[in-house]
Amino acid sequence: MKKFVLVVLAWLVVQAPAYAKLNVFACEPEWGALTRELAGDAAEVFVATSALQDPHHIQARPSLIAKIHRADMVVCTGADLEVGWLPVLLRRGANPKVLPGQPGYFEAAAHVPLLERPQRLDRSEGDVHPQGNPHIQTDPRNIYRVGQALAQRLMEIDPEHAAHYRVRWAAFSTRWQQAMQHWNALGAPLKGMPIVTHHKGWTYLVHWLQLNEVATLEPKPGIPPSSAHLQKLVALLKVKPARAIIRAPYQDPKPSEWLSAKTGTPAVVLPFTVGGTPQAKDLFTLFDDTLARLRKAAGVGTP
Amino acid sequence: MFKKHYLAVALALATSAHAADTTEQQRLQQLEAQLKQLQQTYQAQLQAMQQQIETLKKQAAAQSKAAVAAAPVTPAPAGDTTRANGFNPAISAVLTGTYANLSKDPEDYRLAGFVLGDEEVGPGSRGFSLGESELTLSATVDNWFYGQLTAALTPENEVELEEAYIQTLALPAGLTGKFGRFKSGIGYLNSQHSHVWDFVDEPLVYRAFFAGQYADDGVQLTWLAPTDTYLLIGGEVFRGDSYPVAGAAHDGQGTYTLFAKLGGDVGLSSSWQLGLGHLHGDAKERETDDLIFTGENSVNVVDFVWKWAPNGNTTVRNLKLQAEYFWDNEKGTYDGLGKVDLHRKGWYAQAVYQFMPRWRVGARYDELTPDKVPTALQGTALDAEGKTPRRSSVMLDYSNSEFSRVRLQFNRDESSGKADDQVYLQYTMSLGAHGAHSY
Repeated sequence: MKKFVLVVLAWLVVQAPAYAKLNVFACEPEWGALTRELAGDAAEVFVATSALQDPHHIQARPSLIAKIHRADMVVCTGADLEVGWLPVLLRRGANPKVLPGQPGYFEAAAHVPLLERPQRLDRSEGDVHPQGNPHIQTDPRNIYRVGQALAQRLMEIDPEHAAHYRVRWAAFSTRWQQAMQHWNALGAPLKGMPIVTHHKGWTYLVHWLQLNEVATLEPKPGIPPSSAHLQKLVALLKVKPARAIIRAPYQDPKPSEWLSAKTGTPAVVLPFTVGGTPQAKDLFTLFDDTLARLRKAAGVGTP
Repeated sequence: MFKKHYLAVALALATSAHAADTTEQQRLQQLEAQLKQLQQTYQAQLQAMQQQIETLKKQAAAQSKAAVAAAPVTPAPAGDTTRANGFNPAISAVLTGTYANLSKDPEDYRLAGFVLGDEEVGPGSRGFSLGESELTLSATVDNWFYGQLTAALTPENEVELEEAYIQTLALPAGLTGKFGRFKSGIGYLNSQHSHVWDFVDEPLVYRAFFAGQYADDGVQLTWLAPTDTYLLIGGEVFRGDSYPVAGAAHDGQGTYTLFAKLGGDVGLSSSWQLGLGHLHGDAKERETDDLIFTGENSVNVVDFVWKWAPNGNTTVRNLKLQAEYFWDNEKGTYDGLGKVDLHRKGWYAQAVYQFMPRWRVGARYDELTPDKVPTALQGTALDAEGKTPRRSSVMLDYSNSEFSRVRLQFNRDESSGKADDQVYLQYTMSLGAHGAHSY
C-alpha cells in the first residue's frame, strides 16, 4: 500500500508541469485564436463555439459547464453578445476564479470603442445591445486593442510566464501592424462600396474600410428576414444598387440567395471569424480572405 | 507516461556521466555556444521591441492627424457615471394567456389511479384565461452569493412565491449550495419554469407524482466533477410540505432527494444529458380531496434529453428529444380505509423540431400505469378500475423574436380513461432582462 501511495505521489509530481498550463475558455473562435497567438504553448485553449454557430444563440450544454468549471480564464466578447448562455455557464460552473470582476474573466468589448450604442433602448428595435454593437472582431484595429489588453491580463494571471507573454505580444503586434498596412492598401479601393448585410454583424468592417451599408436583410437586429421586408429590398436595390449581399457562415443562406436571384447582386459569404471559410485558418488569414472576397465582389483584381 | 519520465531521467544521468569524461575544452565550447544562442535570442527580442516602438510612434503620429478627420466614435461604456439605480436587480416578467376548448368539463378531471395532489392540477379552465404572470428579480448579492426571487401572480389575484433562494458562488472544489424555496433538481422538467416548456401543459407523470412540480423550502448541495464529461451529483433536504409528502414531519426536515446528471457532446451537432433522481419523504395526514394519508413515499426518475442542430447552429433547424420515466412507492395508511403498498409507473416521450426560423412542431405521448388497490379503497380516486391514463399531443409554435411566442396545441387526453379532446391557443411574452436559458 505504502509503495502504491509513493508511486502515485511520484506520478503526481512528475505530472504537475502538464497541469501548469493555463486553461483558457474562449467564447468565440477569434478570441481563441488571439489567445493562442499570445500564449503559445503556455496555455491550453478551448473554444466554446465554432464559426458555423450563431454566438447569440448557444445552448448552455453540459459539456460547456464541465469545461468552464476547469478554466483558469474566460475570454469572451461581452457587450451582452453571450447574455443568453454565458451567465448560466458561469452560475453552474462552480468556478469562482472566472466570475465577472475576477482577473480570470476577460471581456474583449471593454477594450474597444463600441459603435452603434442605441439612442433608444427598446425591444421594438429588435435585439439591441445597450452597450453597443458587440461584433468587434471584423476590424483588425480592434484585434490589436484587445490583444494588448489580453497580453496584459495573461501576464497578471500567470506572472510566472510574464516574460513569455511579453515577447509573444511584441512579436505578434509587429506582425499585425505590418499586416494591417497591407490590408489597408488592399481595402483602399473598396472605399464607398455599397453592400447589403444579413445582420448588423459587419458594422466595424464597414467603419474600417468605409464601405456603404445600404440595407440589412433582418428588418430589425435579431429578427429573421421576412418576405415583406425582402420585397422592399428588391425595390430599394433597383434605385440604389449594391455590389454584394454579405452574410456570415452561420446565417441562413436562403434570404440572401433569394435576393441575389431577384436583383443579380452576388451573395457573398465572408468568414466573420476564424474557421468561417476554409481559407480563414487564423487571425491573419481571416482578414486576408475577407479582403480577397470583398475585392472579388467589387471587381478589383488581385494585386 | 511514468516510464517515459524515468527514461528521461536516465538519459539525463547518462549524458552527464558522459560529459564528465569529456575534456574541459568541449565543455567550454558548449558554454560558448549556449551564450551565443542566448545573445541571439536577446538581440531578436530587442529588435522586435524596437520595431514595435517605431511602429507605435508612427501610428501615434498618424492617429493624432487622423483624429481630427475621423468619424465620431462612441466612447466605451467604462465611463458611466454613478446612478442610484445602478445596483437594481435584473427584472423580468413573463405574461401568458390561454384560450382552451375542452370537450369535457375540467371540473370533473381525474387521473385514474392517482389522487390529485393539488386542486389546480388539471387541464385548466375553459375559454379565455390568464396564465400565471411570473415576476423574477435576480442579482448577485455580493462576491459570495447570487439571489433570485420568482413570484407568480395568479389570475385569481393571488401572489404565490414560486422560488426565493440564494445560491453560493465561491465555494471551492466544485461545490454549490442553495438555500430557500426552490424547485428540486430531480427530473429534467422539474426545475424549469412553465414558460420554457415545449407544450402548454406538464407531462402526466408530473401531474401524478408531483402535482405539477416539486418545490419546497430547503437546502441543496451539488458537486460538479472536474472531468471533461459533465457529472453533477446533488442532494437536497426539504421541509416536506409539498405533494406527495405533507405535514412537515420530523420537525420540518421531512424530505430528502438525491440526484445525478451526466452529459456531453456527440460530434459538433449533438449533445445529451442523462439524469437519475430519487425523492423520499414522510407524509403526515396528507389531505387530498376526502382521503387522508399517513406513511412513506418515494419517487424515482430517469430523464434523458438529446439535442441536435446541424453543426450546433440552432438558428435555422434543430431537434430536441426528451423522455422521462417515473416510478414510485406509496406505503402507509389511508384514514379509515386501511393499509396500502402501491407501486406505480409512468413515462412520457416528446420530440420538438424547428423546421425553419421561428417555426417549431412537436409531438408528445404520455402514459401512466396505476396499481391495484385493496378492496377497502375500491371506488376511491386511487382505484383505476382497470383504466390506463394516456394522452397524445401535437403542437405548433411561432416565435417572432426570442421574447415572444404563440402556440397552438391539440391533446387527446384519456387521463380518466375516457377521451377529452383539448385545443389550446397560448401566448408567452417576456419583458425586461434577457434571461439566459439552461440546457
